[in-house]
Amino acid sequence: MSLDTVKNAESTPDQEQPYKELGLKDDEYARIREILGRRPTDAELAMYSVMWSEHCSYKSSKVHLKYFGETTTDEMREKMLAGIGENAGVVDIGDGWAITFKVESHNHPSYVEPYQGAATGVGGIVRDILAMGARPLAVMDPLRFGPADAPDTRRVLPGIVAGVGGYGNCLGLPNIGGEVVFDESYAGNPLVNALCVGAMRVEDLHLAHASGAGNKIILYGARTGLDGIGGVSVLASETFDDTAGKRKKLPSVQVGDPFTEKVLIECSLELFRQKLVVGIQDLGGAGLSCATSELASAGDGGMRVQLDRVPLRASGMTPAEVLSSESQERMCAVVRPEDVDAFMAVCAKWDVIATEIGEVTEGDRLVITWHDEVVVDVPPRTVAHEGPVYHRPIERPADQDALQADTPDRLPKPAREELLDLIKTMAASPNLASRQWVTQQYDRYVRGGTVLAQPADSGMIRIDEETHRGVALSTDCNGRYTKLDPYTGAKLALAEAYRNVATTGATPVAVTNCLNFGSPEDPAVMWQFEQAVKGLADGCAELGIPVTGGNVSFYNQTGATAILPTPVVGVLGVIDDVRRRIPTGIGAEAGETLLLLGETHEEFGGSEWAHVVHGHLGGLPPEVDLAREKLLAEVLVAGSRDGMLSAAHDLAEGGLAQALVETCLIGETGARVFLEGDLFTELFSESAGRVLVAVPRTEELRFTDMCTARGLPWRKVGVVDPESQALEVQGLGELSLAELREAWEGTLPALFD
Amino acid sequence: MKVGVITFPGTLDDVDAARAVRYAGGEAVSLWHADHDLKGVDAVIVPGGFSYGDYLRCGAIARFAPVMQEVVEAANKGMPVLGICNGFQILCEAHLLPGALIRNHKLHFVCRDQWLKVENNETAWTTRYDKGAEVLVPLKSGEGGYQADDETLKELEGEGRVVFRYVGDNPNGSRNGIAGITSANGRVVGLMPHPEHAIDALTGPTDDGLGMFLSLLDAVVSA
Amino acid sequence: MARVVVDVMPKPEILDPQGQAVANALPRLGFDGIASVRQGKHFELEVADDVDDATLAKIAETFLANPVIEDWVVRRVDA
Repeated sequence: MSLDTVKNAESTPDQEQPYKELGLKDDEYARIREILGRRPTDAELAMYSVMWSEHCSYKSSKVHLKYFGETTTDEMREKMLAGIGENAGVVDIGDGWAITFKVESHNHPSYVEPYQGAATGVGGIVRDILAMGARPLAVMDPLRFGPADAPDTRRVLPGIVAGVGGYGNCLGLPNIGGEVVFDESYAGNPLVNALCVGAMRVEDLHLAHASGAGNKIILYGARTGLDGIGGVSVLASETFDDTAGKRKKLPSVQVGDPFTEKVLIECSLELFRQKLVVGIQDLGGAGLSCATSELASAGDGGMRVQLDRVPLRASGMTPAEVLSSESQERMCAVVRPEDVDAFMAVCAKWDVIATEIGEVTEGDRLVITWHDEVVVDVPPRTVAHEGPVYHRPIERPADQDALQADTPDRLPKPAREELLDLIKTMAASPNLASRQWVTQQYDRYVRGGTVLAQPADSGMIRIDEETHRGVALSTDCNGRYTKLDPYTGAKLALAEAYRNVATTGATPVAVTNCLNFGSPEDPAVMWQFEQAVKGLADGCAELGIPVTGGNVSFYNQTGATAILPTPVVGVLGVIDDVRRRIPTGIGAEAGETLLLLGETHEEFGGSEWAHVVHGHLGGLPPEVDLAREKLLAEVLVAGSRDGMLSAAHDLAEGGLAQALVETCLIGETGARVFLEGDLFTELFSESAGRVLVAVPRTEELRFTDMCTARGLPWRKVGVVDPESQALEVQGLGELSLAELREAWEGTLPALFD
Repeated sequence: MKVGVITFPGTLDDVDAARAVRYAGGEAVSLWHADHDLKGVDAVIVPGGFSYGDYLRCGAIARFAPVMQEVVEAANKGMPVLGICNGFQILCEAHLLPGALIRNHKLHFVCRDQWLKVENNETAWTTRYDKGAEVLVPLKSGEGGYQADDETLKELEGEGRVVFRYVGDNPNGSRNGIAGITSANGRVVGLMPHPEHAIDALTGPTDDGLGMFLSLLDAVVSA
Repeated sequence: MARVVVDVMPKPEILDPQGQAVANALPRLGFDGIASVRQGKHFELEVADDVDDATLAKIAETFLANPVIEDWVVRRVDA
């Protein structure tokens, strides 16, 4: 076995290299040779191949994501302290607090090993937030699975839920919301997205950069092992002939250790408090390859790293393996030489292994040595930021017109006497049923700041115990709408998450996203992607709130069939005083009137009714009017501030019927409802821009006057009836809360217990 | 009243326990697992979490921490000690309380608002409750099934040392529906549910849990 | 009936947080010289005589162990 040094690479220019096995195209490999003026070493090839992968380089999405920047005005940017390109976006929410939040995908690992895939997904996003200098405060998990009754869903769902819970609970972060969605298209490709939100004082923001020649690079946290280096084992097999067979079988699975992560968080926060950190970067996908090249290219100098100093968990690891390892729970810090001792002391207090592995240098090269031999010598920007950029072909799918022409108009509508039963059937359907089976496995109380969690419309946490300032968060995406019209579908996801936040009384201020799509090499998928990005960016511009960051996950497909395009949108809202939050369940006050804000049209394209009753997907999604959404949000926030609302619940999948069922069951209180017009449409249409609110009788006139004055359509649709313990729809009959609860809460336990 | 709140590596609910002490009008003092020092506190809370990851057995490693040796010594002299969730597990491992906690019978971690019946209102931590009262506090644990041999159970029940019992469905398979127990002198209490998460209806289901911390105040002041 | 023991261990290259936590605690308790600890699961099965090795292997591989991250060994033990 011989070490592939830079010197060796220079003297063996024609040695064949397995770049194709590492996922590099011919022209990409040629470009690396051009940058270096020679062939890359094994270690360099490992670095470039992983950093130039779709996941790290955004090579297919970059040209489209630029649109977010182009559509963000200075006014929208006003409260943004860090945006796209940083580890996570940061927003100034007042009282001296900055909030950072981000959502990321961990889809493929979670299919291979559901528990560990989901667990490490949570761990990764939490470190992203930590790397901004913030204390992570809460997590949320938007999850998507194949049909609820499919055998593989029984394998994947319990494992993923246990993984999210197992890691998050042990880490001590409350899980305050998320999504669970079932659809055929996710059968071979579940989606595990993880969101984390954190807070810091505005002046404590840390950005990832390595500045100041002479500053030390310290790697701290877990040891480095052979986790997630499945791809790079191609290189190992060439240098380790005797163990080649064994190494090749290495799974790309990483195992998470939430205990180590908890300690890493507390240790890092103490390091920040003592101002011992100049720059910091978490180690996620692409491990040290990513951390060293990103830190170096974001700073003002070069960097020299002694890779053999990295503490290892496995024996016989090659430089390429050490650079590519995705071992979890590691961070990389840039520290002034005079602070190194203090830094090490804090790590020792927390029993965290910390090792000085290099330093910032003059010049502009990233040089990595292995027992004094140079194995990497590259311009770091070419690794981290100057990867390939593709303009992938884009083509509207040939069957898009046929899909949109196949409207739900042709579907038989239920007779009037079937409607009451339909309310129950829908409430029990997998996508609308209670998520309690899932959320009961997550700790929502830890740290004592949780004001709202599932099943509320948004999760809400208190940030400041003195001023009571807090934030609300919601994520949403309806992939069925997005399939029918990606541009409108993305706007609808934004509108829904925005509305969810406002429904709890918070003012929406910023957006993050996780764009889950099929293969970028499929022109139809790229069309969906382009349309969705445009829709989301245009929508944000209309609402006047910026996209602060995001994540793209491509290649979510089974064979040639892509998942429903799933641009998950997360919206962050601010509430001045969390004691003014609006709960989801009715019954808090004696004597409440139910009002429906917004307008109902006959809109069933992509609806849950069409899905559950007819297995149909066609037509156009509901129309979206963002000016109306903005007005609605203003009215809700004003209603919360002035104490005019005792409950509010957003209308979404399943329409008014589902909103009524949930508000009654969550509040453990009955209601009487009187509707006009076509009852089927009134109950089950999924028109956007609607919220059901409960108003104390004493506030009714003041609230409705405000709606009228501001031009927001409203309608009285019923009254809260604490005596009845039933939901009565006038003209149809009543359903007892007991039978509704059995329907709503029985579904997931029956499937997964 | 100074109440120590211990932090082990992996402790999670220390901030919550400290907040509960403050809400009750006491002063919370942070105690570090590696110190042989109780900093002159009047009582100690061993809070919830996953000390040392709870990898070997819940509480099995934490019981050997230097600070726990001090806690055991002080408890044997009558200092009030409260173990919540992981803290309860640690007190059992340290033999300050009898029995052990095992994996929930349905094997899932359970986080839910749980009704408890107050069975003993004469401990240092429960005098503010009426005997037989029902309180609603969060339960959140994966290994909360209380187990003890028949003889121990008989002793606990016979001496009135069951402090809290689950109302309704047994959430984790605990024997006799036991949610919390006390030492023979009524000074050490351990329970799986989390009173420190029920001190304010804004962030918890109720403020029913505050009674435990107010009870302690009474116990310390009158002592 | 025969007694069969199945031992399931995390693969050597896979992180074992459990074992690591125990290993880290040992020196604190005064036990030195323990280089590493791995924590696994031990199953004891009472098995009818006509259950063959292939079946036992299948039980271990598909159910008792998660072959993505764990190795397993099946042993027949004299009762």
